[in-house]
Amino acid sequence: MTTARAAVAAVVDPELRVITIEELGILRSVAEEPATGRVVVTITPTYTGCPAMDVIRADIRRALAAAGHPQAEVRTVYTPAWSTDWITEAGRAKLARAGIAPPGPVRPAGPVPLTLTVRCPWCGSPETEQISRFGSTACKALRRCRSCTEPFDHLKAL
Amino acid sequence: MTAHVEQTGPEPVPTAPGTTSAVPGMTPAAPKPVTKRFEFVLGLADDALVAAQRLAEWCTRGPEMEEDIALANIALDQLGAARLLLTYAGELEGAGRDEDALAYRRDDREFRNCLLVELPNGDFAVTMAKLFFLAAYQVPLYTALAGCGDERLAAIGAKARKESAYHLEHASLWVRRLGDGTDESHRRMQAAVDEVWPYLHELLTPDPAAPVDPATLRADFDSVVSRVLSEATLTVPETSWTPAGGRNGLHTEHLSYLLAELQVLHRAHPGASW
Repeated sequence: MTTARAAVAAVVDPELRVITIEELGILRSVAEEPATGRVVVTITPTYTGCPAMDVIRADIRRALAAAGHPQAEVRTVYTPAWSTDWITEAGRAKLARAGIAPPGPVRPAGPVPLTLTVRCPWCGSPETEQISRFGSTACKALRRCRSCTEPFDHLKAL
Repeated sequence: MTAHVEQTGPEPVPTAPGTTSAVPGMTPAAPKPVTKRFEFVLGLADDALVAAQRLAEWCTRGPEMEEDIALANIALDQLGAARLLLTYAGELEGAGRDEDALAYRRDDREFRNCLLVELPNGDFAVTMAKLFFLAAYQVPLYTALAGCGDERLAAIGAKARKESAYHLEHASLWVRRLGDGTDESHRRMQAAVDEVWPYLHELLTPDPAAPVDPATLRADFDSVVSRVLSEATLTVPETSWTPAGGRNGLHTEHLSYLLAELQVLHRAHPGASW
């Protein structure tokens, strides 16, 4: 029987299909009550309005049931607020391989006029430009590479 | 729809302390101490909910595909904040109303949003002016909430301020692009600022008893607004007209139509979910 923690950690994000919810940093805790075998999972959303949360909750319950933990509760917490800094190194590498430029470090508070470059995940060129600040999901921006001309998604620092 | 949850008149009769007003119809009869905190949170929730609904009207109508997606994403962020705030407002009220009951089963007089967010989208410049001023207000508001003594509001503020920062950046860019663009785009952006400007007064109306007094946000609001308008070569309109009343449930005629569209499904199929 897979441990509850391992089963939940392997759940894949429904909108970033290449990384797990653990690598994305939205899985906060998995606790098993020894007496009842009931599993309590705590997650946090990337964005407040993230429409993938319902699917993630269902996927977690499904993964736990398949691993022999039919009794499960998924709780959502909002504090501390999720940050792209919580995405693991392995997660960043997987995103880049899938053509999604991983986020840079979160900027300190206050207006910072300079923008750090985002490298093209396809050819590695730093010569890229933003097409749209908002992409196919709330967490992504759309960019284009000026060297290889390929468009690509960029996970915004948050 | 046959029954209203509650019919609030222009001059609500205060309930004497210790008495219970039974609400006929759909809600369970329960005492409803309408607290100051509830009204404050409901105001912020309704700002976000109504802004989300207005922005969503741009879906499939954006001037370019990227902008269509951007406005839908910003609407989604506003909706996310609205859901958290409405849920909390329902708990503060303690009358058993959840986010859906508050969003779908209140009439216009019970909404507490500022008038700015309910104004029609107008042309793209008006939409950007509305979004710019809303974000310039929400960023310092959510930042201040993140440090306030109310744990729930602090958590919501800490989460929402990051998203609002992107909204402000996005709207500022368009205000500058249009204001400092062609003669026609400048004319339209200035007209949009002129049209929306009187409604900003309501956003920063002092409320010293609130968890965050809106008057304390004025310095941040003014500094962002004057910087961006000046970069956009736009001028601050001179007007002494200061429409208000949204926080007391007195709205423009536009809100009822917006709510009719927002609530029609839930009114026709109460409790519908998917």
